[in-house]
Amino acid sequence: MSSTIRVRAVASGGTTVVQALINHPMDSGFVKNSKGKLIPPHYIEVLTFEHAGKKVFTAFWGPAVSKDPYIKFTFKGGAKGDDLKISWVDNLGKHDSLTAKLVG
Amino acid sequence: MFHSRLRAAALLAGMLGAMVLAQAPARAAPAPNPEADRLAFQAYFRKNYPAVKNSDWGNGPYALNAGMRKQWEAIMQFPPYEFALAAGEKEFNRKFANGRSYADCFPNKGIGIRQNYPYFDTKTGEVVTLGIAINRCRVANGEKPLGYKKGLLAAIETYMAHTSRGKPFDIKVPNDPRALAAYEAGKKFFYSRRGQLNFSCASCHVQKAGHRLRGDILAPALGIMAAFPIYRSKWGEMGTIQWRFVGCNKQVRSVPFKPQSKIYRDLEYFLSYMSNGVPITGPGARP
Repeated sequence: MSSTIRVRAVASGGTTVVQALINHPMDSGFVKNSKGKLIPPHYIEVLTFEHAGKKVFTAFWGPAVSKDPYIKFTFKGGAKGDDLKISWVDNLGKHDSLTAKLVG
Repeated sequence: MFHSRLRAAALLAGMLGAMVLAQAPARAAPAPNPEADRLAFQAYFRKNYPAVKNSDWGNGPYALNAGMRKQWEAIMQFPPYEFALAAGEKEFNRKFANGRSYADCFPNKGIGIRQNYPYFDTKTGEVVTLGIAINRCRVANGEKPLGYKKGLLAAIETYMAHTSRGKPFDIKVPNDPRALAAYEAGKKFFYSRRGQLNFSCASCHVQKAGHRLRGDILAPALGIMAAFPIYRSKWGEMGTIQWRFVGCNKQVRSVPFKPQSKIYRDLEYFLSYMSNGVPITGPGARP
């Protein structure tokens, strides 16, 4: 419930389609708040997806990525019931991870 | 001869004037009949868009445009309101300092009741929207009231709408002159042209529903309330209908009213009543 990660990974015919949504402010550091003060930068720097212990996708994100980012990609392999681990680390050192099962 | 013709014309004009005057009182005060209005309103949409099912009116522009519907269905694999829904549920179940919670302020513990709002409070003689009811609950329990456009209030409404999905709107206009006056005020606002662009709400959402306004498809007024609160991509967050009213009024270049001002509450009352019978689809996602 309180995870910042939502994921859906569907394996079919030897490939897996992964979609994920991450709850994060992704502040660029260039935007001012209503009092005219800069909102300090706060964004995800590294996002990784691991399938059965092996990295299948790494994203190096930065200030240009939108708030609550969405990502979709496909990788070869994967079967129903396999584990997929998603984790992110941001520029303040905060992090979150989630392990989900692939669906068929 | 010239004079007599003039006199005849003056006489004729006088007679016409008298006729208009004689008819004027009957036109000035038509008895308010919300139910007849609602049937005519819904018949208009059902006649012009015969393919749309009753349950689909709450999906707004997606009911009328196949291309937009496809995009929306892709978005709905990860509904953008999910984070707000989780935050709203958490807040709804939180205990106030005095041990009570939101559930104690609402009928049926606040679950599955969104379709009954706004209602007319015959004690205080005013329209009570869900936003007003939530803030009154907070104030009565020693909490600070929330802003009416977005944030936590929108998140709580998100949760309350979600528990009410599929329940048809059931707004009542009691037989009370004050309730009928509120309904009529909302109706008048809806059909009155305003702003530099001289648009009424109905210009876009009745006459041109389903048509394009630049890149957007105009939502039909029937069922428009059923999807609120909405995650609007332009906002990048959840927002209430009251925020949308402000935005709509600005877009026709008129000066907006304050969220939850009397006229906006009356407008919400009228619009919700017009959608009686359309199931709640909120929280929604809109471009």
